[in-house]
Amino acid sequence: MTGQEQWGADEITVRFGGQTALDQVSVGAEAGQVTVVVGGDGAGKSTLLRCVAGALAPAAGTIRRPDAERIGYLPSAGGVYDDLSVQENLQFRSAVYKTAAAEARRQAGEYLERTGLAAARDRLAGQLSGGMRRKLGVIAALLPGPDLLVLDEATTGVDPVSRADLWWLVTRAAAGGAAVLMSTTYFDEAARASRVLVLDAGRALAAGTPAEITAAVPGTIVAVQERPADSDERRRAWRRAGAWRIWQPDGASARPDGELVPPDLQDAVCVAELRRELADA
Amino acid sequence: MRAMIVKEFRQLRRDRRTLAMMILMPILLLVILGYAASFDVSAVPTAVAGPQASKVASALPKPFQLAGSYPAADAAAASAWAHDELRDGHAAVAIVTGGPAPVVLIDGSQLFAAQAAERALATLRDGSRLPATAAATAATATLTAADVASASVQVLYNPQLKTSDIMVPGLAGVILVFVGTVITSLGVVRERQAGTLEQLAVMPLRPADVFLGKIVPYFAVAVVDLAIVLAVGVAVFGVPFRGSAATFGLGALLFVFVTLGLGVLISSVSQTQGQAIQLAVMTLLPQVLLSGLIFPLSSIVAGVRWIAYLLPLTYFTEISRGVMLRAEPIGSLWPPFVYLTLLGAAVATLATLRFRATLAPGGVR
Repeated sequence: MTGQEQWGADEITVRFGGQTALDQVSVGAEAGQVTVVVGGDGAGKSTLLRCVAGALAPAAGTIRRPDAERIGYLPSAGGVYDDLSVQENLQFRSAVYKTAAAEARRQAGEYLERTGLAAARDRLAGQLSGGMRRKLGVIAALLPGPDLLVLDEATTGVDPVSRADLWWLVTRAAAGGAAVLMSTTYFDEAARASRVLVLDAGRALAAGTPAEITAAVPGTIVAVQERPADSDERRRAWRRAGAWRIWQPDGASARPDGELVPPDLQDAVCVAELRRELADA
Repeated sequence: MRAMIVKEFRQLRRDRRTLAMMILMPILLLVILGYAASFDVSAVPTAVAGPQASKVASALPKPFQLAGSYPAADAAAASAWAHDELRDGHAAVAIVTGGPAPVVLIDGSQLFAAQAAERALATLRDGSRLPATAAATAATATLTAADVASASVQVLYNPQLKTSDIMVPGLAGVILVFVGTVITSLGVVRERQAGTLEQLAVMPLRPADVFLGKIVPYFAVAVVDLAIVLAVGVAVFGVPFRGSAATFGLGALLFVFVTLGLGVLISSVSQTQGQAIQLAVMTLLPQVLLSGLIFPLSSIVAGVRWIAYLLPLTYFTEISRGVMLRAEPIGSLWPPFVYLTLLGAAVATLATLRFRATLAPGGVR
């Protein structure tokens, strides 16, 4: 995420009124790869993706993106017309992007078939379930065969089956040579990406491949069953899967009852957040 | 219930535009309409023609007010000139002298002026002349009761002074404003609320593409609406259509373009459909009341009348009444055509600029 990738943002800052939504954040998207921006609510994921897609101009920094004809974008709000049918939504998209009609029909047919939307072809988008609407939105963004595909929380609130369908579309786009930049709140999705940017309150918390991010966790992490009694330990602890995890910055396991666990992406992000909190304190 | 009331007040407080409209607009409308709502015509623009034109012109009693004179000796030329003056809307009454008795021509398409003229003539016939101006009183030759008694009075264009004849041409415009402005005003704001406006912002579309793409379908619907309204007006209400359909069509197209553009402009500055409707109605109401459709423009006080000249319906009403009732040619209707063109250009430019601000990077919020 240093600006070497073909598309992306370099040290961009976005302010809404007096509030800084993004503070010198960089992200890159490489052709054939999936880059995921992960973070909680209000982290700045949508703002970053809107900047890269061209819906919002940053106050500072630079954006690298292809021409509008080569960008596919799914905003978090949906991006499909509720009062148009599935078919009509896709026809509108391919007409605006001047996609060859026969090719657009063939592609749309394949995507709709694979994602279980073929039977809903004539249904109004407003009558589809949330997951189906998101799939339609992604297919519409994919249809012009973009060089850069920007998907804002495409899988949020979607059932596991639809999530699998959506990921099929995402990986299909990347395999076809598109640079995919997507945001999510799910760590398991971030772990599947080629590269990950972790955002927190408008600032980059960590960036790199999932392996690089987890390898960069300083110290060790131990899992214990009970909430730590020690106040110092409690400040470095978080609850996960019915147990507690404690970050040991010095690497030593001060807890004989604890089990040393290799950090995954979620642990790495928790540690990064703790480090920032402790540093700010 | 208390919780509900508190919630509503909180929401209302945050929707400042609605709050401002609820408080300020009624006051504004009351003041404007208070000055506009008048059917009284205090001055009837009058043209005089023929060998005694100068004499009559110098002694016109109230409410007749000289709008032009043509002291031709040729009675036929004087009569033709007087008819043209009425047809082209330069006067509401024309007095042609030179014959055995003066001929008073009244433009029935200017209903209230025509009624005022008829009342004044009746009073003169009764021998009780209306109070004349000081200048008229000083003149020796005036339009005497005897002159009036012998005068031949002809009401042109709307001989029976039917209200429907003057209302239908203008109402066609009101219906177009409703379709054009009120319905269209929902177009962009619906995209904004559905989240598709942001999608449009990153698509390979120019602001002008979006603007024209938005209005063309409504344009087609408005044209069909207009055809239906006219057909009903002519077939059911017996409103005449005496002029050129091409002139009327051109005026209608210009007018529809302005109203649709206004709708898109309103939509682009509104955050919610409610705001868009409020704004659209706020443009509809003054057009209905100030355009000359109901109250004669000459009856509106000058301090408020200038608003009428900013409203597209004022010019469409002028064109539609002129063409339908008086067969007014395009040559004399050029001012409303020019104003409508200017309004259309201004509205389209503003709407496109607004789209650019909304759709260009950095514009979407």
